[in-house]
Amino acid sequence: MVWDFIQNQVLAMKWLNALIGQGLTSAGLDIATRLGGSLQFFLYDVIKITILLCFLIFLISFIQSYFPPERSKKIMGRFDGIGANTMAALLGTVTPFCSCSSIPLFIGFTSAGLPLGVTFSFLISSPMVDIGSLILLMSFFGAKVAIVYVVVGLIIAVVGGTLIEKLHWEDQVEDFIRNAQAVDIDAPELTRRDRLSYAFEQMSSTFKKVFPYILVGVGIGALIHNWIPEAWVQTVLGSKNPFGVVLATLIGVPMYADIFGTIPVAEALLGKGAQLGTILSFMMAVTTLSLPSIIMLRKAVKLKLLVVFVAICTVGIMLVGYAFNAFQFLFM
Amino acid sequence: MDIKILGSGCKKCNALEEATREALVELGMPVELDHVTDLAAIAAYGVMSTPALVIDNKVVSYGKVLKTSEAKKFIEAAL
Repeated sequence: MVWDFIQNQVLAMKWLNALIGQGLTSAGLDIATRLGGSLQFFLYDVIKITILLCFLIFLISFIQSYFPPERSKKIMGRFDGIGANTMAALLGTVTPFCSCSSIPLFIGFTSAGLPLGVTFSFLISSPMVDIGSLILLMSFFGAKVAIVYVVVGLIIAVVGGTLIEKLHWEDQVEDFIRNAQAVDIDAPELTRRDRLSYAFEQMSSTFKKVFPYILVGVGIGALIHNWIPEAWVQTVLGSKNPFGVVLATLIGVPMYADIFGTIPVAEALLGKGAQLGTILSFMMAVTTLSLPSIIMLRKAVKLKLLVVFVAICTVGIMLVGYAFNAFQFLFM
Repeated sequence: MDIKILGSGCKKCNALEEATREALVELGMPVELDHVTDLAAIAAYGVMSTPALVIDNKVVSYGKVLKTSEAKKFIEAAL
C-alpha cells in the first residue's frame, strides 16, 4: 500500500501526468488526439526526468565524494580472487568515472598491482550500473525490474572480469601503462559542506551536459508513443522476432547516450509491445559501451584484449536480454 | 614556486588552469605554471581523476575544478 504510493506517485510521478493532462485540456487541446497525446508525453517525461536527474545526480555525487578512484583502488587491493572482482564491481557503482580519465585510472590500478580482471570488472560495472540507473528504472519499470537489472549487471561485471583474468593477457596492456609508476596519494579532507557543494556542481554540470540528450530522447519517445504503429515495433522488437535482442544490442553498442536520454525511448518502445529483455539489452548496450569509450580504451589496451572486452560485454548483455524475455511474465 | 596543472586537455582541465592563473594574478605573483597532459606522467603523481593541481610536487587537489578563491588558498598555504 505504502510502496504502491511511492512507486506510482513519488517515483513514477503519476500526479504530474494528470496535472499536465488537465493543463493541456483546459488550454483547449484534446489529449486523446495524437498531437495532444504526444505533447502530454513530451512535457511529462521531460519534467519527470529533469526532476529525477537533478535529485539523483545530487545524491549520487554526494555518495561518490566518499569514493574517489584513488581510494577505491586501495580498498580493492585488500581483496583477492573473485572477492576482488566483486568489490571492483560494487565500487564501480559508486566511484565517479568518465571515459576521459580511463587511462590514468588504468595506470593507477595496474601499478597498484591490481589484477587485470579486477580492473575490467570495474570498467564494466562503472558505466552500466549505478544508484541512478536503479532509481530511474524503478520509476519507469518498477522495483523488481530495477533490482534484477542491477544484480545482473554486477554479475556480468564479475564474470566478465574473471574471464579476462583467466586469459592472463597482461602483455595486452600497452607498455607505457605497464611501465608507469604511480604512488598512493591521500584523499583530501572534505567537510560535509565541501561534499554538498561538489554534489551541487556535479548536478548543474551534468544537467547542462545531458539536457539536450533528454530532449532528443523524449522527442523520439513521443514519436514512437503516438505515431509509430504498434505492429512495426512488435515485429522488430517483440516476441515475433527471435533476434530482437541481438538487433537491439548491436544498435546500442556504438551509440553514445546517457541513461537519462535512453529511458524515454525504452519506455515508449515497451508500451508499443517491445519485449522487456530486448529493451533492457538496448539500454545496457547504450550505457556500457560506446564508440568514444572504446576508442579511449584502445589507447590503454591492445586490439586483441579490446575485442575480447567488447565481445564479453556484448554477449553478456544479449544473454541478459534473452533471460529477461524468457521470464518477462514474472515482471509485468 | 612550481605549479602544475595535470589534465588530459579536457574542458575541466582548462577551467582549472584558468582559475589558477586568476589566483596568481590576484596574489600578485608571477603567472608561471605548467600544464601536464602526458597521461603516464599524470598517473605518476598518483592521480586518477583529472584535473589536478600540483604545487611544489605535491598534489593538493584532484578530480575537481577549483574556484579561484580555492586555488588561492592552496597557493597561499604553500608560500
